[in-house]
Amino acid sequence: MYVAVKGGEAAIANAHRLLADRRRGDRDVPALTLAQITGQLALAVDRVMAEGSLYDPDLAAMAVRQSRGDMIEAIFLLRAYRTTLARFGNSRPIDTAKMRIERRVSATYKDIPGGQLLGPTFDYTHRLIDPAMAGDEPVDEPLRRAREDERRAPRVTDILNDEGLIERDVLSDEEPGDLTRDPTAFPADRDVRLQALARGDEGFLLSLGYSTQRGYGRTHPFVGEIRIGLVDVEIDVPELGFAVSLGSVRVTECQMVSQFTGGGEEGAKFTRGYGLVFGQSERKAMAMSLVDRALRAHEFDEQRLAPAQDEEFVLAHCDNVQATGFVEHLKLPHYVDFQAELDLLRTLNTAKAKNDEMREAAE
Amino acid sequence: MTAETANARRKRALDAMASMPASMLHELYNENTAGAPGAIAVRGPEIGAIMLRGRIGGGGAPFNLGEASVTRATVRLDSGELGHSIVLGRDADKARMIAHLDALRQLPDWVGRVEKSIVEPALEHAREEAKLQAEETEATRVDFFTMVRGED
Repeated sequence: MYVAVKGGEAAIANAHRLLADRRRGDRDVPALTLAQITGQLALAVDRVMAEGSLYDPDLAAMAVRQSRGDMIEAIFLLRAYRTTLARFGNSRPIDTAKMRIERRVSATYKDIPGGQLLGPTFDYTHRLIDPAMAGDEPVDEPLRRAREDERRAPRVTDILNDEGLIERDVLSDEEPGDLTRDPTAFPADRDVRLQALARGDEGFLLSLGYSTQRGYGRTHPFVGEIRIGLVDVEIDVPELGFAVSLGSVRVTECQMVSQFTGGGEEGAKFTRGYGLVFGQSERKAMAMSLVDRALRAHEFDEQRLAPAQDEEFVLAHCDNVQATGFVEHLKLPHYVDFQAELDLLRTLNTAKAKNDEMREAAE
Repeated sequence: MTAETANARRKRALDAMASMPASMLHELYNENTAGAPGAIAVRGPEIGAIMLRGRIGGGGAPFNLGEASVTRATVRLDSGELGHSIVLGRDADKARMIAHLDALRQLPDWVGRVEKSIVEPALEHAREEAKLQAEETEATRVDFFTMVRGED
């Protein structure tokens, strides 16, 4: 017999009202504005856009506010919104070589054309909490320095590859797979893996990337280049008969150069892992590139022994919305399931007690 | 003007207007389109998404990076010209104004005015923004120098 139990409606309504109150907090303190969140918590907004897999700073800021700063909750909200939007088309692939660069560093070559540009980085700060953060002291305008020329900064992996010592990109216009439209089948191609990693959980990918450095997977990586900046987004408009720019988005790209693949006809060369993420998010881009490289084990005849090399493990678990859904559903009522297991246990124990009694009697 | 250059000019205008901050577009639109032929909506403005693509390794095969919200609009002037727009974000007004301006650009009486009063300021704004950002970044360039130690 199955008895449906209803109830809790009033409790739920009151809980949500309480949540709204706690979210707002002290009414004497001004409410956060979206401009404050996008402007002053910009990297939180970027993370929500990247893992929410929807580029829209204002919506991400609303989600951060609505979730009281719970990032995974905010990401969940953005993902849910995303599903309500009709898809108008696909952009032309963005060209990161034409990025308007805000930061660009290489750990492999000191003197790269275009230079090492630190940009707004936490690197080289002392990681001491600044008492100024408790107040609202005036902040200096940034310094400006004229550029000597309008030179662009080409991708490091493209310009310093005269000797052919680094694996090259193979340009193509093959239609990529889309995991938001088609169920993921294994083995997955690299395009689908990168899509999954780009929206994957930063913490999960960071730990997996770290594990490859500690010996769980074969990498000995160098940062060939990290670049952050704005790229134009273009889309073909059939009504017009040509592509137009929709505006620009900020992305972070990481080229991780990793140890060799052996001889063969082309000779030994460095291999590469790739990371590309919405917003300013270089930890995520670096982690993504490490995991991308680890997942290419089969291409280089490497043994797959570590978790980071197991694409089914990585792809099935890197999505924090899926992960939180399955973990958090455990707190929802399981009264009937649990009752069934309790009954089973009682039956087992009763049977055992009876058995024991009979054995004793027999002895 | 060949069809090719006409398309190139139209693209230049649409690209420039898409890059413009909404507040600036509002202002220039209101200042310059008083008395302009009105437009009726053919489609939208409607909010949707596009799939934003990157390339594997930066220069390889395409992959789907994630979506972006966009708004598109199509309008028609009484005289029949169609104007189109599609821009990042969820600003219906911005999409509608750009579509209207795209249609007005097709009128000989209006093309000069739209170019001069809206497209050129938009391009100038984009250049200024890019220059400011590039110069602020340039100030963070690492200038390496070598420490010379010992006699030779």
